[in-house]
Amino acid sequence: MSVSVNNLTKKYQNQRAVDNISFEVKTGEVLGFLGPNGAGKTTTMKIITGFMAPSDGDVKINNISVLEAPESIKPLIGYLPESNPLYQDMLVLEYLEFIAELQNVPKNKIQGRIVEMVKVCGLNVEKHKKIAELSKGYKQRVGLAQALIHDPEILILDEPTTGLDPNQIVEIRNLIREIGREKTVILSTHILPEVEATCDRILIINDGKIVADGTSESLRKQAQGQEMLRVGITEAEDKDKVITTLQALDTVGLVDPVAENNNTFFVNSKDDLSSRKPIFEMCVKNNWVLSELTPIETKLEDIFRDLTTN
Amino acid sequence: MNSIWTIAKREFKTFFDSLAAYILLVVFLGLSGFFTWLFGSDIFFIGQATLMPFFSVAYWTLFFFIPALTMKMLAEEKRSGTLELLLTKPITDWQVVVGKFLAVIMLIGVALLLTVPYYISVSFLGPIDHGSVWSGYLGMLLMSMAFTSIGLFASSITNNQIVAFLLALFIGVFFLIIFDVLASSFTGTIAYFFNYLSLSTHYESVSRGVLDSKDIIYFFSITLTSLLLADTVLSKRNIIE
Repeated sequence: MSVSVNNLTKKYQNQRAVDNISFEVKTGEVLGFLGPNGAGKTTTMKIITGFMAPSDGDVKINNISVLEAPESIKPLIGYLPESNPLYQDMLVLEYLEFIAELQNVPKNKIQGRIVEMVKVCGLNVEKHKKIAELSKGYKQRVGLAQALIHDPEILILDEPTTGLDPNQIVEIRNLIREIGREKTVILSTHILPEVEATCDRILIINDGKIVADGTSESLRKQAQGQEMLRVGITEAEDKDKVITTLQALDTVGLVDPVAENNNTFFVNSKDDLSSRKPIFEMCVKNNWVLSELTPIETKLEDIFRDLTTN
Repeated sequence: MNSIWTIAKREFKTFFDSLAAYILLVVFLGLSGFFTWLFGSDIFFIGQATLMPFFSVAYWTLFFFIPALTMKMLAEEKRSGTLELLLTKPITDWQVVVGKFLAVIMLIGVALLLTVPYYISVSFLGPIDHGSVWSGYLGMLLMSMAFTSIGLFASSITNNQIVAFLLALFIGVFFLIIFDVLASSFTGTIAYFFNYLSLSTHYESVSRGVLDSKDIIYFFSITLTSLLLADTVLSKRNIIE
């Protein structure tokens, strides 16, 4: 099922929390929603789930408007809200049954679904406890279980891995990947490696506007442009000579010695050129030892910082 | 309908899980029993087989207890965010409000049902006016409906349970006392108007055994109006400016 968001705007008083954003998510796609705090991620998700109406624009799921026909959209969506609200005084199994009934899961299938959710989300040990007694990670699993209980076509997860330990994070990511093969998943997060690990596509949002949209590779390429190398050369008689020789290479744009290390340099190549081979040949010619030659990848963190700080 | 029942069931169970139900039942039965049988103008004092003392005590007990039951119903859900969880499920705001309303009425129903032994014992003591007992129970139920819906409305406009409780009492006092006082200090149409608004007037006429459609309509319209107001307040987040 495809989700298409068209010119969505949400105003709080005079502030635009979401400012005219449009995007589309297709079936079998996991979309990662990135952005600093207060960028508008949660607001967008609340609007998609039909909890909140936008000031302007529309969300369509399979060409049906969330605003006009929420009753036919809501059953398709599994939603894990931001702070993972739960009825603390209920037992885990009781709670899942309550949600299954609300989701109109047929009576004879409810028990089966609950058993499956307990298995998938790893709740077996804790299933007879009161939700208030669970640790944060287990609460998060209960939140996920309730979002998945009716086997929704569209899964919307607002920061699904907060509070989980590293093992659980890996499990949950795998689970999301698996679900994402057949279903449509939109997830928001602060954790950048998580986006790379789970998402097919990344959407970076800042101040209510979309500032980047693409796969992690395409974003990287876009941000990087030039090749950047970390070069270590030892046994050279003179640091300055190395710099001038490097600078003299045709492919090299900029050489920058690393301050704390006498023998290491950052080398920026000119657009679309690679300096690896010329540097190697230069070292051979001058009888220098090439101790390091590492390409430096632009990290997603850097792209994120670039796009979201003004 | 199914979803309303799901909500009502959960709320009803929560009452019993959180002791609220037991406290209500014990205090309600204790207070009304005490004043019916043992103290003040109890039935031995008046020397009549009547449940009148019971109803007048129960009336005030419920007046304080219903806001205590309703205060957290929407306020707490808003504060903790579970309202968002509920309303993104295939359920409307109205169904949530009605489900919660039903749960309270069910609990009041249980409380009233547990007082039937009073009725049976009194009826052994002397000739009792069965009609007035039944209309007393009916009045009690109608009044509970009105107070419950007012309580839910109060709970819908705030995140704070105490504010919801006090607001419900405040609105309740208007309907129970202030409109009555105003009615007696005015004359003519204004008096009639306040008299019509006063809940105690209608309650008295119902519990006297006069089944007038005017009173029934009064209680149902208060209930419906307050529930609709609560629904509107919840839906406010959805208004497109």
